[in-house]
Amino acid sequence: MTALQLIEKAGFKVLNFPGENRERNISGVYCCDLLSVVMSKGFEDCVWITIMGNINAVAVAALTEMSVIVLAEGTAIDENMLPKAKAQGITVVQSDKPIYETAVMIYNLLKENA
Amino acid sequence: MTFKYIVDGEDFTRAGEASSNVKGKLKQMGVSPDVVRKVAIAMYEGEINMVVHAKGGEITVEVTPSEIIMTLKDVGPGIPDVEKAMQAGYSTANENIRSLGFGAGMGLPNMKKYSDELTIDTELGVGTTVVMKVHIN
Ligand SMILES: Nc1ncnc2c1ncn2[C@@H]1O[C@H](COP(=O)(O)OP(=O)(O)O)[C@@H](O)[C@H]1O
Ligand SMILES: [Mg+2]
Repeated sequence: MTALQLIEKAGFKVLNFPGENRERNISGVYCCDLLSVVMSKGFEDCVWITIMGNINAVAVAALTEMSVIVLAEGTAIDENMLPKAKAQGITVVQSDKPIYETAVMIYNLLKENA
Repeated sequence: MTFKYIVDGEDFTRAGEASSNVKGKLKQMGVSPDVVRKVAIAMYEGEINMVVHAKGGEITVEVTPSEIIMTLKDVGPGIPDVEKAMQAGYSTANENIRSLGFGAGMGLPNMKKYSDELTIDTELGVGTTVVMKVHIN
């Protein structure tokens, strides 16, 4: 499944979605908010669901080469996050559901589109 | 080849720029993804520590055919008990740092885990120099 398919089917609100990321593959789902853990356990091309709406989240997503950051619970982003996401070419979307429900929804979408 | 970075201790919004720059350079140089990942994680944790605990500092990254050597030097407060600081979960970080997703006391353990050699040279009131080496293949 591509990032574009996922974002459209899930109905996430797009905060940053660079054109070159549209066809990017989704390799799986990862959930955690502690950045030291995310850095070592997050994986390439994953969708990362978190409530960390700040620049450090972008840095970690770039470092581990994730496909999409999903901010769950409608988490607002701090003012520095968006410019950083744009600069680093990181896709950021918002889900109004909690982390678990968002994860299950993505899991099901990935299964349907496998 | 050697790269040098000044890490600004006042500007938390720029923390991670040095690591991200090194990562890009190593990838360009064709260094294997495993090695790049180890360097990027170890250096990012070290860079964050310089910003949140030591008001910034200087990072030198040396790339040789056999290893990548990262030297992170700050003139911060120093670490009173390195053994304790190395323990997973030990942190003196404040609530503000925690709210940004750090300060769980896992930085130094991560640095140890992702580097092949780690040495910490620290003196109270003088500063801390962390040297991390990642072997290439
Ligand atoms: N460069 C540094 N200068 C001074 N103290 C440091 C430095 N790096 C780490 N420390 C001390 O070691 C502790 C543990 O570091 P770390 O494992 O990275 O956890 P955290 O950064 O989450 O607190 C820090 O809380 C801090 O007290
Ligand atoms: Mg730390």
